[in-house]
Amino acid sequence: MKNIEVLGSGCTKCNKTFEAIETQAKQQGAEIEIHKNTSPEALLTYGVMRTPAVVVDGKLVHSGSIPHTADIAEWLK
Amino acid sequence: MFVVFTWLASWLVYDLAGFDPATRLGQALHFFVEDVSKILFLLVVMIYLVSWLRASLQVERVRGFLAGRSRAGGYTLASMFGAITPFCSCSSIPVFLGFSAAGIPVGFTMAFLLTSPLINEVAVVMLLSLLGWKFTLIYILAGMAVGILGGFLLDLIHAERWLQSFAAKALQQASAQTATADDGEAEAISWRDRHEFARDETRDIFSRVWKWVLIGVGLGAALHGFVPDGWIQQHLGSGQWWSVPAAVLLGIPLYSNATGVIPVMESLIQNGLPVGTTLAFCMSTVAASFPEFILLKQVMQWRLLALLFVLLLVAFTLLGWLFNALMPLM
Repeated sequence: MKNIEVLGSGCTKCNKTFEAIETQAKQQGAEIEIHKNTSPEALLTYGVMRTPAVVVDGKLVHSGSIPHTADIAEWLK
Repeated sequence: MFVVFTWLASWLVYDLAGFDPATRLGQALHFFVEDVSKILFLLVVMIYLVSWLRASLQVERVRGFLAGRSRAGGYTLASMFGAITPFCSCSSIPVFLGFSAAGIPVGFTMAFLLTSPLINEVAVVMLLSLLGWKFTLIYILAGMAVGILGGFLLDLIHAERWLQSFAAKALQQASAQTATADDGEAEAISWRDRHEFARDETRDIFSRVWKWVLIGVGLGAALHGFVPDGWIQQHLGSGQWWSVPAAVLLGIPLYSNATGVIPVMESLIQNGLPVGTTLAFCMSTVAASFPEFILLKQVMQWRLLALLFVLLLVAFTLLGWLFNALMPLM
């Protein structure tokens, strides 16, 4: 079970990132717990300067764009 | 070189669609097709080129360049980076926090954030193709001046007092450590990566702005056709001092990006609106927007937001007056 956070102020790209991860998880049958985190403090904690950013199990894995499907698949393994 | 687009428009509108070049509708359509095709073509080329060049310049590197800079050069440098890095209003908060957490003064950060929406490759393409290089140069210099002076003033009044507490704390902690200038080692980036980055950027920016080009050029064409000749000059000419602050106030609720508003500027100028007034209106539409300010509320207290707002309005008004006074001399 992976815990995934999507950081960002709720712009279109953040929502798309969220959906992309959800879809990919369903496809792979990966069990995940995913939520959006819009708080500015979280950006400071992870040192993120470009959103959307993705945090998997407390580790920052991506920032600055909607991630590619191949990358998402890799994180969910 | 741009004459190709005139031919294209003539062929499409007059020959293919069969409109009469002597009618007003035919001319308006021709104007629309010519401008839209020219701008969209230039946009694709320019966005690709600029993205290709800046593929290795991420905000993290800009932060490295700015950390530990002296005051004198810092504002100018920050404003220059603001001009060349792309801007999306959703990135203003992460950039603000990231800069603060590196101990970069609020003034540098704001010089970056104020210049960024005003100047970008899309705005420059539009200005160049519609208003010529002289006006483009003036616009760029004026936009940078607003960023530089705005940043300088905010530091002068110690604006960091009015940040939200978590942002102020991050800034303090970082400033306590001695910040050093770091020229930001670039990650090696291959030609292929550059191309992919530039391609993605072009696709992304183009898909966001093309409709603004249509709306903007359409509005410009409509203004062109329907405002009686001489009306603007007579009622809103440079003789009326109040027209500049009025243009700035009118621009605030009209939130648009530079893409939509520049064709309208062209039309206004051709109809006789003084350059300074037009410039003030455009900048106010692009830079002083409520959605943007509401976002900034996450890191700033109301007092600072209000101050920033007033600062921008005063700056745009002064710029407008200045250019209205200078233009007849040029």
